[in-house]
Amino acid sequence: MTPPDDLTAAYATTDEDRTSTSSKGSGDGPTLPRLGFLGGLRWFWRQLTSMRTALFLLLLLAIAAVPGSIWPQRGIDAVRVSDYLAQHTTIGPWLDRFGFFDVYSSPWFAAIYLLLVVSLLGCILPRTKQHWQNIRSQPPKAPRRLERLPAHTSATVDASHDDVLAAAREVLRSKRFRLRVQDDAVSGEVGALRETGNLLFHVSLVVVIVAVAAGHVLGWRGDVIVPEGGDFASTVTQYDTIDPGPWVDVAGLTPWSLHLDKLHVSFEDGVPTDSPQYGQPRSFTADVTTGDEDGRTEQRKISVNHPINEGGASVYLLGNGYAPVVTVRDKAGKVLYRKATPFLPQDNTYKSVGAVKVTGATPQQLGFAGFFVPSLDFDDRMGPISTFPGLRKPALVLTAFEGDLFPDGRPQSVYTLNTAKMTQLKGANGQPLRLLVTPGQTVQLPGGQGSVTLEKTIPRWAGLSVRSDPGKIPALVGALAGLAGLVMSLTLRRRRVFVRVAPAPSSDASSAAAEGGERRTLVTVGGLAKGEDPRLGAAVEEILAAISTRTGRPA
Amino acid sequence: MITQMLARETSTALSDASTNSLYASAVVLTLAMLSFGVDLAQSPARAARESARRTTVVQDSADGAGDGSTAVLTRTETGEPAVPEKRQWAGIGMSLSWLGAFLLIACVVLRGAAVHRPPLGNMYEFATVGAAFTIAAYLLWSLKRDVRWLGIFVVGPVLLVEMLAAMVFYTDATQLMPSLKSYWLSIHVTVATLSIALFTIGFSLTLLHLIQERVEAGSTERFAFMKALPSSERLERLGYSVHIIAFPLWTFTLIAGAIWAQEAWGHYWNWDPKEVWTFVIWVVYAAYLHARVTAGWNSRRASYIALAGFACIIVNYCVVNVFFVGQHSYSGL
Ligand code: HEM
Repeated sequence: MTPPDDLTAAYATTDEDRTSTSSKGSGDGPTLPRLGFLGGLRWFWRQLTSMRTALFLLLLLAIAAVPGSIWPQRGIDAVRVSDYLAQHTTIGPWLDRFGFFDVYSSPWFAAIYLLLVVSLLGCILPRTKQHWQNIRSQPPKAPRRLERLPAHTSATVDASHDDVLAAAREVLRSKRFRLRVQDDAVSGEVGALRETGNLLFHVSLVVVIVAVAAGHVLGWRGDVIVPEGGDFASTVTQYDTIDPGPWVDVAGLTPWSLHLDKLHVSFEDGVPTDSPQYGQPRSFTADVTTGDEDGRTEQRKISVNHPINEGGASVYLLGNGYAPVVTVRDKAGKVLYRKATPFLPQDNTYKSVGAVKVTGATPQQLGFAGFFVPSLDFDDRMGPISTFPGLRKPALVLTAFEGDLFPDGRPQSVYTLNTAKMTQLKGANGQPLRLLVTPGQTVQLPGGQGSVTLEKTIPRWAGLSVRSDPGKIPALVGALAGLAGLVMSLTLRRRRVFVRVAPAPSSDASSAAAEGGERRTLVTVGGLAKGEDPRLGAAVEEILAAISTRTGRPA
Repeated sequence: MITQMLARETSTALSDASTNSLYASAVVLTLAMLSFGVDLAQSPARAARESARRTTVVQDSADGAGDGSTAVLTRTETGEPAVPEKRQWAGIGMSLSWLGAFLLIACVVLRGAAVHRPPLGNMYEFATVGAAFTIAAYLLWSLKRDVRWLGIFVVGPVLLVEMLAAMVFYTDATQLMPSLKSYWLSIHVTVATLSIALFTIGFSLTLLHLIQERVEAGSTERFAFMKALPSSERLERLGYSVHIIAFPLWTFTLIAGAIWAQEAWGHYWNWDPKEVWTFVIWVVYAAYLHARVTAGWNSRRASYIALAGFACIIVNYCVVNVFFVGQHSYSGL
């Protein structure tokens, strides 16, 4: 009924209204009304769901996420965290106390995003309700004076009042406006989908967050190292490490098996040796034979970027290295140990560490620790180094210990020796013994303790990661829906357009009357937009032009 | 063997040609920038002449106008000085920008031919592709609107990136490491660079908006050339329209990156430093979009958030790629 101020208010977002009212309430301290408990709660809720708080929380979230990219994170690389703590003894513990090494699971990070989720819900619900009512109601009546709208234009056409109104209806309808027809005016509204898209976007954010949380509690991952020619069965005990979500029953995993036939690896050797690209990995592919629950076998390939699915989980090839076959014999030549022993690469040249643990040796257990290098060279400072990650001049460089391999029977890493209860073997010159073994070579241990042989062929190992995340598909669907909503919300325009007709003013009619034109009509089109709309003026002009054309006789 | 060697030979020739195109483009764009600079330097004098002419025009029409309806009056104001002075230097700047853009695109295409893959594998390649997208986006825009006044503020950053690419980020043409061999690389990185290109243009507009606001408020005497630019309000609106194209593209980058991470590393989100910063950038720009519609926040504060978003992009590109340890370490440096 009454003028545009009213309409503009109807288009203002509820949040803005709420923010301004609530800040009015809190702005002037002494006159703050006593709210009581319920009132206090309501006040708190309004603050939390206000646009300003959402903005603040967003910025806070951005800032809070940064430390996790600066300091190493336990969930990603626990070794680097302990290194950092060892090197920074003063600041390290403080950082640790405040969760800087577990940023994304720290209470303060959780507090921010949980508040954001609550704020988001508190924002979505009332807006959805309002939007629903809005779509089901008619557009408002045309204001009396369209000149007061932000965009307006008018023209006189040579057509009757009714013809012009009919034309206005057709034009607006063809442009997908919802209409409300009055005697002397038509109101139209378009672009409710913008708000729908915006709500879809915000709801999708909630869906994504819930899906991520579901993945955490319902998903699991297991990692295992399998040498070429080796077998693996997916049961809890066979994984090197397994990390199940809190709601996962690891005993109930679908069993399946895998045999690693061959691992194909290639490294860059087509550039000068001093190029940083020299020796960079180029391709990793594992040929495997999988067997499912019912014993059906199948030959498949796993490579980086191309996981396979097995038993409801995905199997990824995430690492590789060498597993030299080491044979240890006693003095009588009896084989005490013969195994493809995985060594763990330390750098891009695949200088790898590992340990050989001969539990069957007598009278004392024997242990060997040291490096496997695929392309041996000697550096004055660093000793044995590798010049290339491929197998050019492979060698094992080991030190030897005797004693108790597993003091107190505690679990230990397979790549290192616990030498607490062991003594190092000495060479003839009294120096600690160092063995350099090349493929096919057998080296005798001092004092007739036996021998160590490195077999000729050196198998590789594949680091497989088996993962299940039931949240990933919902998260993806949520993210894509959110993207669609976002595009709708940013590209669609929400506009109201009013067309008002009136007899042409008499000053003009004097000349018109001479031509006998009783039917000259003044058409005024006014437009109002929600939010940014640089093209509103042009759209209003366009509508007027279309109406004039349709009535056939623009004056 | 021999074919392999031949193939390598051609690659070197192609990648050399690519590098030469880059140098040529940098030279041409330097000249383009100078031309745009001359055009802006001339603008105060031009504006003075124009306003002198306009007063006469308005007087003329005021004499002749009898009907006084709004529509006609509007036409007098915007329509009459319809023959603005020829801006020769701006025209030269535009032509040189086109030439520089073609050379830059040639650089990217030749590099792609040299390595037999989309040239998106290391920082050098991102930089050249990003620069090419930036200038291409600007030139396409210039076909629809007169945005010659923006020329120097787009060509400048593009030139800067070209020089950094040639001198700091340069990496020999080689193949990719396995985790980068995926068609998601093309999708994710192409969209990421495209959206960074648009964020760059948005950044220039936002910065100009803030300067123009000070000029309009009379709080600074410098920046006389700003008179040749649109009003601060319009600059703000243009900046916003560029940002709302870039933001969904960035959202898509985030999603595509997650899909790729799922394929390559087994989980769609690993809080890797690069992922963290992609997320931070996204959140900051979301905050910018919010700030614009938040009651009690003026456009200036919203603009500061947009600038902060761009600062995060720079950090993501220059600092995270090189200094932070993560799975995304393929700067090639
Ligand atoms: C997870 C956090 C959030 C993100 C990433 C986010 C993102 C966005 C984006 C990208 C837009 C589009 C802006 C535009 O149309 O120009 C938007 C609009 C909007 N958001 Fe959010 N939002 C978040 C949380 C919230 C919360 C908590 C509220 C409620 C207080 C809220 C209220 C709104 C409103 C009212 C609009 C519409 C603005 C308009 O176009 O008039 N958002 N949001």
